[in-house]
Amino acid sequence: MADKVLDAKGLNCPLPILRAKKALKDVPDGGTLEVLATDPGSVADFQAFARSTGNELVEHSENGGVYRFLLRKPG
Amino acid sequence: MSDASNAINPHSMTIIVTKGSLDWAYPPFILGTTAAAMGHDVTMFFTFYGLPLLLKKLDLKVTPLGNAAMKMPMMGGHMVMPNLVAAVPGVDAMASKMMKNMIKKKGVASIEELRELAVEADIRMIGCQMTMDLFEYSKDDMIDGIEIGGAATYIEVAGKSHINLFI
Repeated sequence: MADKVLDAKGLNCPLPILRAKKALKDVPDGGTLEVLATDPGSVADFQAFARSTGNELVEHSENGGVYRFLLRKPG
Repeated sequence: MSDASNAINPHSMTIIVTKGSLDWAYPPFILGTTAAAMGHDVTMFFTFYGLPLLLKKLDLKVTPLGNAAMKMPMMGGHMVMPNLVAAVPGVDAMASKMMKNMIKKKGVASIEELRELAVEADIRMIGCQMTMDLFEYSKDDMIDGIEIGGAATYIEVAGKSHINLFI
């Protein structure tokens, strides 16, 4: 169970990333943020975001057009 | 003689914003806010027609006139508006309204929202002093939290910045 869930469904670039960045502030160190998005561009974007920011993209999956990302904040 | 303070910051970006129509407002704000979200230090320098993007009240417009690559989704395909039609009074206002509706419908951020996010992300936003004099704007017309500066101000930041864009 993620520490926080962000519903970014229906939002287009760059909002999923920007909202995720903001949401991560409320996640404790070492904690996780689950992001749900419908923007197909977010798949590559969240991988780039994880590589650039040191937040780990623990897993990502797609189900019926909804993409799910699990980010872990460095602890 | 090298000075450590002149070293280029590998996580930094500057953007010179020279255009202020609804369509051209997007690239600088999207790139700036995303770079900031990814840990970059971002500076945006607003000059000439980009300066009105710092006005308190935004009323951005787009024109199909002379915009040969502006192909809008219509009736299953993409259509360009002929210049003679785009020149008719009222067409620009209609095109702007339609674009804003499309933007809202597709879940794309408004420029107002992106600008707010930019300020929140501590992006350094600089208004061009010369443009303010030239087009007779005052600092009171602009949003809070911006600086006013000239070309030398920009060049100093750009010299230490890894990514420098002219939009």
